[in-house]
Order: sequence, then structure tokens, then C-alpha cells
Amino acid sequence: MSELLRLTAAQQAQLIASGEVSSAEVSEFWRGRAAADDLGSYLWVADEAPADPGALPPVAVKDLFCVEGVPSSAGSRILEGYRPVYTATSVRNLEEAGAAVLGKTNQDEFAMGSSNENSAFGPVRNPWDRTRVPGGSSGGSAAAVAAGTAPWAIGTDTGGSVRQPASLCGIVGLKPTYGAVSRYGMIAFASSLDQCSPLTRDVTDAALMLRILEGRDPCDSTSLGLPDQIELPSAERLDGLRFGAWGLAEEGLEPGVAAVVRATLDRIEELGGSVVEIDLPSASRGISAYYVIAPAEASANLARYDGVRYGHRTEDFHDLLGMYENTRAEGFGEEVKRRIMIGTYALSSGYYEAYYGTAQKVRTKIARDFAAAFEQVDFVVTPTSPTVAFELGERTADPLAMYLSDYFTVPMPLAGIPAVSIPCGLSDGLPVGFQIAGPAFSEGRILDAAYALERAIGFAGVPVT
Amino acid sequence: MIDRDQVLHVARLARLRLTDEELERMPRELSKILEHVEKMDELDLEGVEPTTHVVDLTNVLRDDVPRPCLPRERALAGAPDVADGGFRVPSPGAS
Repeated sequence: MSELLRLTAAQQAQLIASGEVSSAEVSEFWRGRAAADDLGSYLWVADEAPADPGALPPVAVKDLFCVEGVPSSAGSRILEGYRPVYTATSVRNLEEAGAAVLGKTNQDEFAMGSSNENSAFGPVRNPWDRTRVPGGSSGGSAAAVAAGTAPWAIGTDTGGSVRQPASLCGIVGLKPTYGAVSRYGMIAFASSLDQCSPLTRDVTDAALMLRILEGRDPCDSTSLGLPDQIELPSAERLDGLRFGAWGLAEEGLEPGVAAVVRATLDRIEELGGSVVEIDLPSASRGISAYYVIAPAEASANLARYDGVRYGHRTEDFHDLLGMYENTRAEGFGEEVKRRIMIGTYALSSGYYEAYYGTAQKVRTKIARDFAAAFEQVDFVVTPTSPTVAFELGERTADPLAMYLSDYFTVPMPLAGIPAVSIPCGLSDGLPVGFQIAGPAFSEGRILDAAYALERAIGFAGVPVT
Repeated sequence: MIDRDQVLHVARLARLRLTDEELERMPRELSKILEHVEKMDELDLEGVEPTTHVVDLTNVLRDDVPRPCLPRERALAGAPDVADGGFRVPSPGAS
């Protein structure tokens, strides 16, 4: 069965369909791989085979997706042991298509982080170098796919939480247009930004998974689905397509990353595409706006953890207020407290307009930057992360340094547009991600371009055994 | 900039008890983050409309059709303290 390790999810589905291998064998193989994970990728692995393993290989699911009866803690002590009474629509769609839940993956607590070091249940290690982080917040999902302990996975992307770990682990991460996929059953972080997103070994798997995930859901009134069914990508050339490169002169960009990204721009031209450098003047302030909007929305969303209906309750209290305050003090980790504080401050009387109101205007400006860019070019391309995977502990003492990891990924969710990260080469032996963004609902075109580029690059994943 | 008293006030609003160590550290940490955030002001935002939501949808309504809700036992199954078919909480007035 070990040949399954070398196959994409789509290839495994073909083997199942042709009868060369049974779905039960595929399911067993991956349960064994997941159970043997030693990177900290999983918080829970299915302990028995599904009664009816489906037509697709099983999927690793980020811990913040609710799965009925399965521990779903969003990486937080405050939800330790919580077993939801319903299943997220995205997970349900995967199950109905034949992909059972393989396990729940580690993550930064409530998706707040860029290194997976904010998990209440320990860090995840990068399979390329175990002394380094896998990125975050969907670090467990990314590490599992890269290390071959999951055939594919889902995560959530709010400011880069799927694209950045995909970049640091050398796999594909696709953030769809806001509203393409239902958010029902995703434990909420920042509701105007959160989007369920595939993490896969290649672009074809990302397309296959998006086809299953997308759709309007009566349980999420902000969901729209995609206007056209996603076709599996087939483009071999990029003739006539115009790519606008942004951010290559940023001072925080590692020279090694810049070099690999520039080589990728050359490949675009070899494939018939054209490249121009573009400016997105407001996008450079994306981090500033993001670190108001996301914490503000989080401070409201996390008000529900009060020790009453589910999750942790303190034993140390004398009255109701004390119960709330101590429950939350004990249940939330450092970064989550920091964000709740920032968000509460930004929404508090006298500061709302200066922070939240201003950030919403910046959001409009960033959306206009992209709209203007898409009049000149078909895609905006950037490095996904300014650096390769960093050392565990390297940025934990400086929250702002950690936030700047999201410099290139934050503008897209602020504008609601889709973007994919594909591995484009190595710098110092560590993977570099290349980000391709397009207008809202252009996933099909983005995936086609990413597919052509992926074939030309021929990136080999981390050697797994 | 945000000082110790403001941190205490915001923590109360957020229903968070902070340790002495957190109270020591937070004014500095939060001020540094807010300083970066305030770089937004370098942009010309005169007359720019705020974006509250990127999806152009208003008033998404469904038909008001009755349907079964979660059974009480299941809704209570994850609660830390249950009494008489409800969530039990300490009295707001107790001291």
C-alpha cells in the first residue's frame, strides 16, 4: 500500500474507482499513517475505520471545524473535550462526496497565529526541518499533507492561515473567494474574513476539493457558492496572460525568497505569459487594518466562551462576574487574550471611529487597489511569505514580528478575493511559496494558471518514507 | 498609547482577569501593536466609504417554516453545570 504515499488524492480516487485498490485499504493505510505522525500534526485520529469508506481518500480536518461527536477544540484549552452536536457544512460536503474525516489537526488557538506555536496542545514541527515551524494557523493540516500523514486536508484562511503554512511546508493552499464555501460549523474567528480552504499536494487536488466544498448553504447567509462548476485544470501554457508582480522590493523580503520568486516570474514568461511590476499603494497598510478588523471581530465572537453552555468553567469564583473573568483567564492563551484586548479596545467608546472605522476605510482602499490592478493584469502575484520557515521560538517574544509574516497574504481576504500558494522552489533547502491572486470568483482561471506553472516548476515535495 | 489603567478598563469590558505579570506586560505590548496599526493614518481616507462586508448581499431571508430544534438533552450535554433542564450559573447578586 505504500505506493499510495506517492499519489495525489485524485490519483487515489482513480485507483478506487477502477477497483485496483479498495476504499477500505486506502482508509486503513491513511489511518496508520496519521496514527504514526510524530510532528504534532494531529490532536485526534479516528480510532476506527468508517463503516462505509467512500470513493475518495480520507481528509484531515483542522480542529476548528465542528464534527459531530468528535473532539473539536480550535486548539484552545477553553474548548478542551468539547464534542459538537452538529457537523460543519464543509465537512459534511466532503463526507457526502466520499472523503471521511481522518483526524483533527493541530492549529494556533482560534486560528490566531502564524507559526502554530499558539496551540494550547503543543507546537507542530515542519517536516522539512523539525527545528522550524510549519506556519500557521493551519500548521497541523499543512505539516500532515507535506509529511504524508494525510492525503489532503482542510484549514481556514483569515489573513493567510492556509496559504502561509502551505508555503512554509511546500504544498498547495487555496483561499477561495469570500462566500464561496459555507462557514457554518467553523468555530468563528473573524467572520468577515474566515474562509474554509483546501491544503493539498498539488493544484489538481485543490480544484477537486474546491468543487466539493463550494456552494450556497442555507445555514450561512453570507455563502454564495461559485457561479460555475470548477473544472480540473488542464492548461499547459500561459499565452496572453498578464501577471502583475507586487512586493518584490519590500525590505522584509528575504533575498533567497526573492530570487526563487524572480525565477518563477521568468518561467511565466517562458510559458508565454507577461510580467509587469505593479504597485498596490494601500495594500502595504493591510497588516495595520487587519490587526484592527480581525481582533475586533474576534473579541465579539469569543464573547460566547463564558463557562455556561459548553467548554471550560473555572472552579475559582464567588459570583457570576468572577466566574466569567476567571473562566476566560484560565481558558484562553496569551495571544488570544492579546487579540481580545486589542479588539475590545478598538471597539470601545471613543476609539471606534479612530480604529475600526479607519480600518474599514483602508479595506475599501485595498479593494480599489486590486480592482485597478485587474484592469491592467489578469493576476497579481507575490511571494506568499517574506521568509522561509523560521525557527521554533524565534518570533514568539515579539507579536508584531509574527504579524508581519502575513504581509503578503492579508490584503486578499480584506478585499474578499481568491488566491493560491504553490511551491516554487527552495531557499536554503526550505520551500518557497508563490502566490497567485485574481478577482472574486476567478478560482477556475487561478487554478489553471497555477497548474501550468506547477508543471513547469516540477517541485518535488519533502522526501517522505 | 495605552496605559495600565486603560488595560484594566478594557480587561473588565472583555471579562478577562489579568495576572499581575500580564498587567505589567500588556500596556507595552498593546502600545507597540497600536503604534503599527496607526500607520493607517498615513493613507488619504478622505471621503472613502467603509467596507463592512465584501459580499454584496443585503437581507438574505428564508421562509419562516417551523422545524425541530436541538433536543434539550443534547443542547445541555456539553454544559459544565446543569440543573432542572437548564444551564446553572452563579447568582449575579452573590458576593
